[in-house]
Amino acid sequence: MYPISIVAEAMLNGLLTGAVYALIALGLTLVYGVLHIINFAHGAFLTVAMFAVWAAYVFLGLDPYLAIVPLTILFFAFGYVVQRFVIGPASHGDDGNILLVTLGLSIIIENVLLALFQSDTRSISTDVSFQVLEIGGLLISKARLYGFLGAVVVTALLWLLLVRTDTGKAIRAVAKEKLGAQLIGIDVKHVFAVTFGLGTATLAIAACLLMPTFYVNPRVGGAFVLVAFTIVVLGGMGSITGALAGGLVIGVVESLCSLYLGDSLGQIGIFIIFILVLLLRPTGLFGARA
Amino acid sequence: MTRGYLSIIVVLAILAALPFLVASNVVLNFVVFVLIITLTAQGWNLLGGVGGQNSFGHAAFFGTGAYVSAMLQVHYGVNAWVALAAAIAGGAVVGWIIGFLSFRAGLKGSYFALVTLAFAEVLRILANAMEFTGGAAGLLLKLDTGFWNLQFSSRAAFVWLALFFVALALFISQWIANSRFGAHLVAVRENEEAAKALGVDVLAVKLRAITISGAITATAGCLYLQYFLYIDANIAYGVWISIEALLAAMVGGRGLVLGPIIGAFSLHGLGEVTKLAAGRVPGIDLAVYGAVLILVVGFAPGGILGLINKLRFRGRPRPEPEKAATPAPKTEEAA
Repeated sequence: MYPISIVAEAMLNGLLTGAVYALIALGLTLVYGVLHIINFAHGAFLTVAMFAVWAAYVFLGLDPYLAIVPLTILFFAFGYVVQRFVIGPASHGDDGNILLVTLGLSIIIENVLLALFQSDTRSISTDVSFQVLEIGGLLISKARLYGFLGAVVVTALLWLLLVRTDTGKAIRAVAKEKLGAQLIGIDVKHVFAVTFGLGTATLAIAACLLMPTFYVNPRVGGAFVLVAFTIVVLGGMGSITGALAGGLVIGVVESLCSLYLGDSLGQIGIFIIFILVLLLRPTGLFGARA
Repeated sequence: MTRGYLSIIVVLAILAALPFLVASNVVLNFVVFVLIITLTAQGWNLLGGVGGQNSFGHAAFFGTGAYVSAMLQVHYGVNAWVALAAAIAGGAVVGWIIGFLSFRAGLKGSYFALVTLAFAEVLRILANAMEFTGGAAGLLLKLDTGFWNLQFSSRAAFVWLALFFVALALFISQWIANSRFGAHLVAVRENEEAAKALGVDVLAVKLRAITISGAITATAGCLYLQYFLYIDANIAYGVWISIEALLAAMVGGRGLVLGPIIGAFSLHGLGEVTKLAAGRVPGIDLAVYGAVLILVVGFAPGGILGLINKLRFRGRPRPEPEKAATPAPKTEEAA
């Protein structure tokens, strides 16, 4: 058995990672909650965002934290266009088709990136990458702490947007009753695309928060996509607070599994949770809505 | 009951004659590889195409076939043919277990797709971590050619071996398409509630489909091992093979008996042409596959065969279509 300080540090690190996982899952759960579709290309979009952060840093000298503003806007537009002009028209609104279309998108993105950048792994190191804080004897990476805080803030902002604004009201209306929303003059296709855009915009933020301590290669999104699905399922499909809670749980589980089972088996805990939740309680552990 | 068998025999005869016409090892290599993909996709097509249960995790069966056979031969020196039989049984068992767990929990659509993907990933991680399965280094089969070892020095012989199993799968698929079980499976795909209301045992039908599907795809995994003599977790249980299986069936014509073989050859033919045209750009053929998938889902849900049928019968009185392509008789819409 490990001493308590190591376990505590693993759990703390798990929480920090988990918050960023939650941020990645946030877009997925939002899109599911409103459009009732599972976006398989979510991981590939994250990869694109991470390459964008890398490129902005290397070619423009833009700090990842400053890149949040332009990239969020850019990725919102990207998501809007993809939903409105690719996924929407090609899937005819059928659930199984959307999964296949987004799978096709992810294959294209991953391999175009592979053609452009080869399979090399790239990373950036900014001033903050190697700074650590010491709190109560535990060492915390500053960049990861920023990631945690950023994820919590974005979750809160997204929740406010859904609850307080007219756009949020329209999104919730479409999620609840598509036909009814259409009847009172809401442009459903526009709302779908806006929601999808919000989903990809959160990915851009996640990428900016991740890059100071993480790496990117064309396949990196694949590592996140099943983790994100697990969080969404665990938190209850479509639940934003559920995604945050689910993300933190998954972060800790992964961290403890790596500690006790070794790195090669670290992710297995996540998949087993995923399978168990789907088989036993598909509405999620925290999900109130069925 | 001869419906559909004629076109199968024509396609098989063309492929069987190929080694007499072409001596190029490059071409025969290509044919063997595509036939292995075809067999994988034939397994997928029974469950995903005919039965409408889209799986994203057929790697679970492919990998089980490859690993069962490899472990029996490497660790216990079991004869290759016996190992093949065990591999097929292994695929069927894994299929039944995954089906039992997920169908009984009522998973369908995207949920079923994701849970199959997760099962395959669990197996991949386990195979990658355990010493018994060779860990990350994988398993190497000793080169020892001969009929009883299921290894052939001539590529032509391997074409015929793979073709034999593809033919077997084709006949089984056609037989199922003509059978009552096939009709039940199509009914479940088209409208599960209505099928249940008409007295179809939905769970049993789905379970039978995933079991046979697993067995067919496991055979492909075993052939892969016999041909390349090497597997590791990322090959045998990798996401790539799940996608290949789904792509070939979708592009050729999902649910149609000849769909996987037409799809696999068209897709990989297109991939080779792309590689020739684009030069040495990694991943370019796969990017094209992704685009083809979107186009097929968006504009040609019947795949290549669906398009051909549409063109052939344009403007003529409605012919009698292939049975597997016929939607189940529309009963009353379930509530």
